[in-house]
Amino acid sequence: MGWNVVVLLKPILDPELPARKFRVAADGRRPERGDAPVVINPFDQNALELALQLKDKGAAATVTAISAGGAEATDGLRKALALKADRAVRVELDGLDLPDAATTARVLAAAVRKVGDVDLVLAGRQAGDWDQGQVGYLLAEELGWPCAALVQQMEPAGDGLRLVREAPAGREVLEARPPLVVTVTNDDSNVLRLPKVRDVMMANRKPIDQWTVADLGLDAAALADEAASEVLALRIPERKTECEMIEGDDPAAVAATLVRRLRELKVL
Amino acid sequence: MILVVQWGGKALSQATAELLGGARQLAGDGAVAVVVLGPDAREAAAEAGAYGARAYAAGGDLEAYGGEAYVATLAAACESLKPQVVLMPADPRGREVAPRLAARLGGAAVTDVIEARRDGDRIVWSRPVFGGKAIADVVLRRSPQVATVRPGSFPAAERAGSSSVEVEALTVTGTDRPLRRVEVRPAAEGGVRLEEARIVVSGGRGLGGPEAFKDLEELARLLGGAVGASLAAVDEGWAPPERQVGQTGKIIAPDLYIAIGISGASQHLAGIAGAKTVVAINKDPEAPIFEVARLGVPMEYQKVLPHLIEEVRKLKAS
Repeated sequence: MGWNVVVLLKPILDPELPARKFRVAADGRRPERGDAPVVINPFDQNALELALQLKDKGAAATVTAISAGGAEATDGLRKALALKADRAVRVELDGLDLPDAATTARVLAAAVRKVGDVDLVLAGRQAGDWDQGQVGYLLAEELGWPCAALVQQMEPAGDGLRLVREAPAGREVLEARPPLVVTVTNDDSNVLRLPKVRDVMMANRKPIDQWTVADLGLDAAALADEAASEVLALRIPERKTECEMIEGDDPAAVAATLVRRLRELKVL
Repeated sequence: MILVVQWGGKALSQATAELLGGARQLAGDGAVAVVVLGPDAREAAAEAGAYGARAYAAGGDLEAYGGEAYVATLAAACESLKPQVVLMPADPRGREVAPRLAARLGGAAVTDVIEARRDGDRIVWSRPVFGGKAIADVVLRRSPQVATVRPGSFPAAERAGSSSVEVEALTVTGTDRPLRRVEVRPAAEGGVRLEEARIVVSGGRGLGGPEAFKDLEELARLLGGAVGASLAAVDEGWAPPERQVGQTGKIIAPDLYIAIGISGASQHLAGIAGAKTVVAINKDPEAPIFEVARLGVPMEYQKVLPHLIEEVRKLKAS
């Protein structure tokens, strides 16, 4: 008994990459990958941790990790398997690599349907590359399921779930029943655990299912034509400010100068 | 028509005034309307006339059902009003509702917009991506276009006199979905909310421990502002998560942001890209925070902060 849980893991350019190393590719519409590492989107790691916690509590029967992307998606899926996810699926995007959230949600919804008998889909609240924060919500619309946003903690409760989520003025507790899509935000209780060395080695031998967009009954070219959004250009913002350094050996004088400059700038 | 959305409140908010400013720019000769959702919706919407907008109100406690009731109610409103563009604040509620509303209406959504301009018959939306390391110019290929807009992105529309407007009521729908709020746990905080504060005093790992946040609170109190924290300070447990400023925390646009002991990781800078004036106090003059600061103090904060508090106290007393 228990729910079948899907968690979506997006492989992204390491968000810790410093700004000065960020380059736009020759087509002017996407970043240059360069030698920057690819990692699992941090919020998706929080989602994976919540899925694994449901498994620890006996509420999740299976945890399936789905990642859409090229070969670089494999590392994240191996990590999920090492952490005792039951199944890993990589969806080859067949060239659909620009960030249209609506298209991504259609592909992922089809993948969730192909997994079958899914009760709960967990996704990070946004991906740290294009920062759109749309896929989880659009997936809920595609599936026709309700959606709980910005969840930090979840507990099984009766035949449903109790969710703690970030709210405008603090936190809220929600009650919900599957089927449900949950977007997950970071919290100190959902930091992704570390795998054991032995489990990492075992995970290297486990299979990763490979599906194409066509396997999901969709046509990549048609999806590209129907994209809801298009990136015209990606540009590096100009640094607007020239920092005026207030230096000196006397902290009291430095503080006085700082306040005087803030008054002259009409900020105080 | 361009429809501007406000969540609750008894009066039209600063965020709504800014959205109205943006709507006016984008609408040309087209109509602009405001819809307010929440218990005091009618009261707030009545002000819309002073901004030359039509007004709609949907009362009732929509908050109790997560985003479900907001999405359903707005979708029903849009079915009858047929806006080409819907603007809402880029806050957690807006980020949840915008994509779902767009999907239900067959439209498209764009989030965290900081600029928008007309280019012939299309709108080019600009938004920070990759944690603020780049800006993407985006067009949407479906209508209606639903956008969430960051604070400070448009100049606020001016109030013209005090004319109020006939408020049309909208029906609240979609509250039967199986998602229900059972408890609210307010954050243990007093004073000014981080998102609304005009002045924010923020601390990072360079503070070395939780005690220094008391001094930050004192400075914020004197300035009438709020206290923020970097991810590093939150990870250390020195400040609660609801205080976190950054790509993974709150995105804010205060007039003055004072960063103390914050090095300026790109995920933090993404949260303050809209701040008008940044002051950085950090002993490392090479810290990236100085690249975005207007004024910098390359000094150990322990030396300068007590004097700064004293100077501000003198200023307020004078």
